[in-house]
Amino acid sequence: MNGIVQFLWLIPVLPLLAAGIIAVNKQPQRRLAATLAIGSMALGFLLSLGAFSATLAPHEGAGPFRAVDGFNWIQFGGPDHWLQLGWVLDPLTAIMLVMVTFVGLLIFIFSVGYMAQDQNFMRFFCFLALFAAGMLGVVIANNLFLFFVSWEIVGLTSYLLIGFWFHKPSAAAAAKKAFITTRIGDLGLLLGMVWLYAQTGTLNFYDHGKGCLEAGACMQMATQVTLGGLAVSTMIGLLIFLGAVGKSGQVPLHVWLPDAMEGPTPVSALIHAATMVAAGVFLVARVYPLMAAGAPPLETGVPVTTALTVVTWVGAITAIFAASIAVAQYDIKRILAYSTVSQLGFMMIGIGVGGVAVGMFHLITHAFFKALLFLGSGSVIHGCHEEQDVRKMGGLRKYMPVTFVVYAIGMLALAGFPLFFSGFWSKDEILHHAHNWSGSPIPFYLGCAAALLTAFYMTRQVALVFYGKYRGGAGDHAPAHAHAEAPAHGRQPSAHDHDLDPDHNHGHGHGTPHESPAVMTVPLMILAAFAILLGFIGTPAWPWFDGYLTGEAASFDLGKLFTSGTVFVLLLSSVIAFTGLTLGWILYGQRQRQNAGEKDVLEAAQPTLFKLLHNKYYIDEIYELTVIRFNAFAAWLCDFLDQWIFGGAVLLVSYAAIGGAWVCRRTDEYLINGGFDAACALLRELGGGSSKLHTGRVQTYLRVIGVALVLLILFLIWGRKA
Amino acid sequence: MNPLTICLLISALLFATGFAGAVTRRHAILVLVGIELMLNAANLNLIAFWRFGPHPEALTGFIFVLFSMALAAAEAAVGLSLVIAIYRHQQTSNLDEVRELKG
Repeated sequence: MNGIVQFLWLIPVLPLLAAGIIAVNKQPQRRLAATLAIGSMALGFLLSLGAFSATLAPHEGAGPFRAVDGFNWIQFGGPDHWLQLGWVLDPLTAIMLVMVTFVGLLIFIFSVGYMAQDQNFMRFFCFLALFAAGMLGVVIANNLFLFFVSWEIVGLTSYLLIGFWFHKPSAAAAAKKAFITTRIGDLGLLLGMVWLYAQTGTLNFYDHGKGCLEAGACMQMATQVTLGGLAVSTMIGLLIFLGAVGKSGQVPLHVWLPDAMEGPTPVSALIHAATMVAAGVFLVARVYPLMAAGAPPLETGVPVTTALTVVTWVGAITAIFAASIAVAQYDIKRILAYSTVSQLGFMMIGIGVGGVAVGMFHLITHAFFKALLFLGSGSVIHGCHEEQDVRKMGGLRKYMPVTFVVYAIGMLALAGFPLFFSGFWSKDEILHHAHNWSGSPIPFYLGCAAALLTAFYMTRQVALVFYGKYRGGAGDHAPAHAHAEAPAHGRQPSAHDHDLDPDHNHGHGHGTPHESPAVMTVPLMILAAFAILLGFIGTPAWPWFDGYLTGEAASFDLGKLFTSGTVFVLLLSSVIAFTGLTLGWILYGQRQRQNAGEKDVLEAAQPTLFKLLHNKYYIDEIYELTVIRFNAFAAWLCDFLDQWIFGGAVLLVSYAAIGGAWVCRRTDEYLINGGFDAACALLRELGGGSSKLHTGRVQTYLRVIGVALVLLILFLIWGRKA
Repeated sequence: MNPLTICLLISALLFATGFAGAVTRRHAILVLVGIELMLNAANLNLIAFWRFGPHPEALTGFIFVLFSMALAAAEAAVGLSLVIAIYRHQQTSNLDEVRELKG
């Protein structure tokens, strides 16, 4: 057993301890809270690096590095039925650990700046640390039970953090929506978990050949057939996938994710872009052996099973669906939220068509550039005095140069700008596998369309936010919190553009946007660097990432770039990205909107379509009319039944009991008590009468004896004769 | 009329006399005297049934009576001492007035 594995549990426990210490500290010790949270994450990051290096080291045996550790937790049932908690260290865990702790660390640091003015700074860091604990627990769990517990902690903190500003009704509603919607998916996960235990008798993923994801159990489950002719492994896989659908915001449970943007922006970046929503994808990647079980052997090496086909289709539909909605949104964070949903769909396609490595590669790169974009949007929002409407921004390139540069990098990475940005390589990998997929060509086309839309809406957003002239100000924005700087005067920035040197406009908040402090921009720059560099670990020429996850050494071969299939998809995705970027620039960059109230270009051209997209295909309204109304009706029905039928029955029974009790009381009082009283009185009279016989006169007694004797004699005499 | 019948008649007469005395006399000592008479009537019966019974040669009746007399003597002693105790306590030996054991 490797040394680092035994200490793997420290990674989630450290932030958990930090959260606990922050929670029990009463005094508003901001510095302590931030130090604890950031310190625990930094330590976790170092440990994760150690674990990562352990997985890189050469090891005996085929396949990827894998080490497990754990302990018995609860005994139940028979003597050998132990519920075990354990953790596993394999490349999948290691890469997620490094990503979560690193992105988390940067976002924690960013939060110090972003939340500096908030009164509930301590609470925020407590929740953040708790979230980190849950998320890292999800990542290291070698056991579906531990996984589920951590998964629910993550869901809870998501709820708490979305509703962090709970005094806003919209935030409170969004938190509830997120919690309830993901709960629907979690029900599937729970059912899958129970079924899995019933089938295999273990919830451990890997247990030296006895785990439920290892070949033996998978084969056993794949051969059994259940409802509708599906294999048991498929059904369990689909149930578990339902949990992933809820958490990762896939159609039709995506509705909570855009609303989740009501939370503070660092939360949106950490939880609803980089890590938590990726947990669903991670779950699918983790149970991939289960989903792929029972596939007919193929030459291409990528299994096609019912479960994986479902994953692919759900992902493809989500990708195109959310991307089209993102085109018609105005809220800077909502655009990114729908983009996240869409990219999560891409990851699902990647896992479905290309295996764990393809989906995970996009997950990792996406985590970096989407965290970058969200934190960038946080910086923009912070700079624009809590304004989130892109129509009221514009021209920020001049005021926030650093933010602009890093945001542009993130945007190009997301849009899939060829060759230099990570998003291009990871998305290309997905499209490449989708192209080769033997199941159906449609997911490939949907993915291409979604990629085009992605490039388009990101260009639109950047053009609206950073180009043109500033459309905010004019006194229509109230500072949402007491800003340290001078209050907004509401002057149009265009009036004195010439004297505003972009490098010196920090801290001069005369109603104009301002650059964010270094504590916020430095994490952005680090993330930006990774958004570029990460792409190069998974290019077709050097598929290191793929090899790392599957346990094969990757070789560097530029020639692979130019094999026919690869180069076709590379060119195609480049063309798609360029088309999207150009379209976006023509429509939004060249002819800037003049004021905040102006109609969108698309709205002018296609009012009906734009309205449909802007209202998110009316999914919320459809849910409102169907699911929620049905739910309300069911609740009303239950209330009615409860009040009148069950309540009536209970009332009836109680009245019957009262009546019975009354009868009993009457009987008791009159019959039993009365009878006893009468009997007692009789006895007393009898006793009184017989006591009179005892006069105390001895001679009277003697007389009675004498008379009795005579009578006895007479009786004896005459009795004998008779 | 055989000798047994005569003896029984005398004994019955003696018993009736004793009973009448015990019932009618008010003085406790006279009541005791009546009781002694009745006891002697019983003794006479015992002797008579032994003397004229089937086995006069065995001394059973005689021994029986001897024990009975000894008992009667002891009883008379206890009775007399009770009477004296009652008299000391209640200043009377009239049985009509001695009606309670309490005291």
